[in-house]
Amino acid sequence: MAYSDKVIDHYSNPRNVGTLDKSKSSVGTGLVGAPECGDVMRLQIEVDENHVITDAKFKTFGCGSAIASSSLATEWLKGKSIDEALTIDNMDIVEELALPPVKIHCSVLAEDAIKSAINDYRVKNGMEAIELEKSHH
Amino acid sequence: MLKTPIYLDNNATTPLDPRVLEAMLPYFTEKFGNAASRNHPFGWAAEEGVDYAREQVAKLIGASEKEIIFTSGATESDNLAIKGVYEMYKDKGNHIITLTTEHKAVLDACKHLEKLGANITYLDVESDGLVDLQKLEAAFTDQTILVAIMYANNEIGVVQPVKEISALAHKHGALYFTDAVQAVGKIPVNVIEDGIDLLALSAHKMYGPKGVGALYVRRKNPRVKVTSQMDGGGHERGMRSGTLNVPGIVGLGKACELCYNEMEEEAKRLSALRDKLESGLTVLEESYVNGNVEHRLPHTANISFKYVEGEGLMMAMKDMAVSSGSACTSASLEPSYVLKSLGLSDDLAHSSIRFGLGRFTTEEEVDFAIENTLKAVNHLRELSPLWEMFKEGIDLDSIEWAAH
Repeated sequence: MAYSDKVIDHYSNPRNVGTLDKSKSSVGTGLVGAPECGDVMRLQIEVDENHVITDAKFKTFGCGSAIASSSLATEWLKGKSIDEALTIDNMDIVEELALPPVKIHCSVLAEDAIKSAINDYRVKNGMEAIELEKSHH
Repeated sequence: MLKTPIYLDNNATTPLDPRVLEAMLPYFTEKFGNAASRNHPFGWAAEEGVDYAREQVAKLIGASEKEIIFTSGATESDNLAIKGVYEMYKDKGNHIITLTTEHKAVLDACKHLEKLGANITYLDVESDGLVDLQKLEAAFTDQTILVAIMYANNEIGVVQPVKEISALAHKHGALYFTDAVQAVGKIPVNVIEDGIDLLALSAHKMYGPKGVGALYVRRKNPRVKVTSQMDGGGHERGMRSGTLNVPGIVGLGKACELCYNEMEEEAKRLSALRDKLESGLTVLEESYVNGNVEHRLPHTANISFKYVEGEGLMMAMKDMAVSSGSACTSASLEPSYVLKSLGLSDDLAHSSIRFGLGRFTTEEEVDFAIENTLKAVNHLRELSPLWEMFKEGIDLDSIEWAAH
């Protein structure tokens, strides 16, 4: 199976690789997946007082599509409010990266990572957690 | 100048040796006859080619030419051996012993027989990939008719104690079949010394063409028979009907001859290169060689690089063709069942790469592979949250993963 040019681009030049200080109240961290499934994504957002995402970082253990999905997610997150960020759908990632059906789970994981990071931030800052859809799995 | 991409997946298939191609060519256009046409020169020429190939194959494994049945490849040979023995001998018993690390063609043939009333024991291997002979002996019953244990494993290259296995099978009145696809032509295989009753081999794993293989069926001490799985013209002593693939068979024969002549030198050269590759890669922290390192093929190395995922790693190993124990592409997301049978945790199985060297692998290519792989592993570890946690001293088993 050949990878799309966009997957190769994100994989070869991943954007926003790194780690934010998870102890800060302005930072939300999402850690999803499991080593035995072959994918683990950690996605972090830094949010300002207006609830706008000013920075996003990721690290991913997984295949090229998983790495590309999380790299793309960090690009999309920057500049969005946390409410806007919640509207990112895994199928947007599938479309942008032209992921084949066997790689759709990588985009699902990226969506989960976004929501999980936002929830972590919300809970830290006294907001209620959003209920996460689990129907994807 | 190094030509890329380089091919290090010789356990999957090998390129055709040009000398094999040369031997095959006349059999497409000039000597195109049907080897079963007994009444004209076209048929005779084809039959002559087949007969010579039969001798070449037999010589490589220490058999007689009458014991070689040509097939379409090892999958067919595996099926014919297992299903054919079961059908032929089921009045004597219905029990077959095999390993969990066998090729799918063996495992699925056994599963098929289970539906027909066979009782199959799937023995686990030890953590080095080898069968424990005591556990094997304990598995026999008075119903055991067949032991099906591979000669060498396709993923990790470990070589089973074939002589001891055949001795146990015969002691308990069972036949011994071995899928020797990875071993024949790479290491010495001798059906008499090894006590093998049936053996499957394939041309394309030893620099021959795809789509042709053979099944060795012993004719003396004991005389073994298999029930044919394909009805038709009664070719190959009635065990495998179908017009013979003459060019393919000629190619298989030539490939066997070349292996017979060159195997010893080639094995020495390849094991030195394999050792160089392995020592060049295991300088990496948290890298592990999978499988027994003493009893193994000269050209295969299987290494797990912890905290990186195999498929992602292969993508970073640009210009190199290798194989991974990870299977992120399959719907099940299950990593290699062979590595899991060794007791490897799923994450280590996902992190494994198989390097298969071959006749045309050069030292320059191995140097390139080392450099390229080191770079790729380091790149992916930079991206890996698991590597970061490991470096921070976090026990990954203590984390509650949201498994999906």
